[in-house]
Amino acid sequence: MQPAIAVREVTKTYDEGATGVPALRGVDMDVDPGEIVLLMGPSGSGKTTLLSIMGCILAASSGSVRIAGMEVTKLGEKQLPPLRLKHIGFVFQGFNLFPTLTAGENIEVMLDLKGVRGAEAKRRAAELLEQVALGEKYKSFPADLSGGQKQRVAIARALAGDPEIVLADEPTAALDSRTGRNVIEMMRSLAHERSRAVVIVTHDGRLKEFADRVVRIEDGIIAGAELIEEAPAGLLVQGFSQQAGLSVA
Amino acid sequence: MPPLARRNLFHDKVRLTVTLTGIVFAVVLIVVELGLFVGFTETTSSLVDHSGADLWVTSKHVPYVELGAPFSERKLYQVKAVPGVKEADKFINRWTEWKRPDGRRESVQIVGFNPESGLGGPWSLVEGSVENLKVPDSIIVDDVYKQKLGVTRVGEVFEINGHRARVVGFTHGIRAFTTSPYVFTTFKRAQDFGRVQADQTIYVLVKTEPGADVNQVRREILARVRNVEVYTSPQFSRMTQVYWMFTTGAGVAVLLAAVLGLVVGFVVVAQTIYATTVDHLREFGTLKAMGAPNSYVYKVIIQQAALSAVMGYVVGMFVSFFVVRASQHGGAAILLPWPMAVGMFFLTLLMCVGAATVSINKVTRLDPAMVFKS
Repeated sequence: MQPAIAVREVTKTYDEGATGVPALRGVDMDVDPGEIVLLMGPSGSGKTTLLSIMGCILAASSGSVRIAGMEVTKLGEKQLPPLRLKHIGFVFQGFNLFPTLTAGENIEVMLDLKGVRGAEAKRRAAELLEQVALGEKYKSFPADLSGGQKQRVAIARALAGDPEIVLADEPTAALDSRTGRNVIEMMRSLAHERSRAVVIVTHDGRLKEFADRVVRIEDGIIAGAELIEEAPAGLLVQGFSQQAGLSVA
Repeated sequence: MPPLARRNLFHDKVRLTVTLTGIVFAVVLIVVELGLFVGFTETTSSLVDHSGADLWVTSKHVPYVELGAPFSERKLYQVKAVPGVKEADKFINRWTEWKRPDGRRESVQIVGFNPESGLGGPWSLVEGSVENLKVPDSIIVDDVYKQKLGVTRVGEVFEINGHRARVVGFTHGIRAFTTSPYVFTTFKRAQDFGRVQADQTIYVLVKTEPGADVNQVRREILARVRNVEVYTSPQFSRMTQVYWMFTTGAGVAVLLAAVLGLVVGFVVVAQTIYATTVDHLREFGTLKAMGAPNSYVYKVIIQQAALSAVMGYVVGMFVSFFVVRASQHGGAAILLPWPMAVGMFFLTLLMCVGAATVSINKVTRLDPAMVFKS
């Protein structure tokens, strides 16, 4: 099976000062369809940088990144947005909903980008809100929604593009533990039932039980990987770098 | 496209008010200044444009209508003999002095014409008639200048250059570009008022035969009448307009004020749209991260600018309409012909969309990775 994301020997150095600041130092990692992977590590370890590179919104300094089998490191500025639109959905820590649009309209924006407009867009937005149990909130503005509801709208928006890959940056950080659990369950079922590759950056160790794998990053390298119960053996090994110390919980 | 632009625009009412105020201010300022320019331009040549003549015969080297020089009135008969000339009449336009009842003196332009033919006579009469000029000492003035000339009603008697003058009628809206109002009277009386010798005229106005080639008649007159210049009415009108509007610098000043209005509007709109864009930068970053091309984000910003332009234009033209109407009672007419009103719409749109390019530049350089920064 072809991995949804394949990262090889990726480095990233930010231009700050004369020498630059290394954020990633040779990372290898695969994420397969139907797999939910947690990226964990201390602040500044490089996990958000890795997520940004996987999301094709940040260019790697060197190495190879393949998204749905396509090498993206050589693509130009104009080729990346359509690639993101086709393959990747994002869920953000701060939800990043458009505050002046209703929940339904927020989803319609994604559909509009995909070329779905008018009545069809409204129907599909309503359907997506139903799927995240917010069917009655179509006309509610983000300011009138709770944190959990906002994050569910953000997930529905990410799903509107029907992406093969969902990348989430601290999706539960702004939520209480119960709401966070609901959101992460939703993402887990997204991976398992719809065969999406889901990568979640988090500090929250309690989310481990929902993941298939946990990858730890420290100082820009993969410091360890942990396979969480019942994951098929083939998935465990193929995606990790030489540095990853794999253990099964 | 979901109504992101409209919602963003209306979300912050205070900023929207500032934006619209800026656009309305710019629209009104530009309309007033351009309207003044058009009004002034038309005013400078109104005597020529409303003369009813096809050709103006002048002495040599006359640069504009107010600066005609006397020549022998015998040339009138030579002109009349030219083929293609239907009728020709003597005409005077001369600066002279008006004495008000309170003794104050005002400069006026005496306009002498033949009431029988009406060539070069007054238009827009609101009281009295050209026929009334057959009464001795009679004159017609414009009601816009009543206060300036100390006139209150028909029948009042004044003094022009030491001669008695009786008001027998009023026109409305015949303004002079200079501060000297037009005073219409018969040619003969104008010779006295304007100190023009009895056997001289300042101009000969020519009406050509129907179907005659005006330029051909012009060439014929030039060939047959010595020491004169002949202009078609549009030529003489243009010469007069160019002199007053550009040689004197009056028009340039008005146009500069219009450009200033455009600049002020541009700056205000650019600033407010930029501030709105900066406020929504995270949303634009999210759009880009989601895979929206730059053109999609530009569309949102340009829609905001275009919406602002349409609203600002409507309110601005509404205000301008009242300013234009109010000006009809003053000494300087502001004109708003419909092509100018239509042109203003596109100018406003251009101003606002142009102002949005500052924001577009900001968004172009926006790194979508900013969405992961909390």
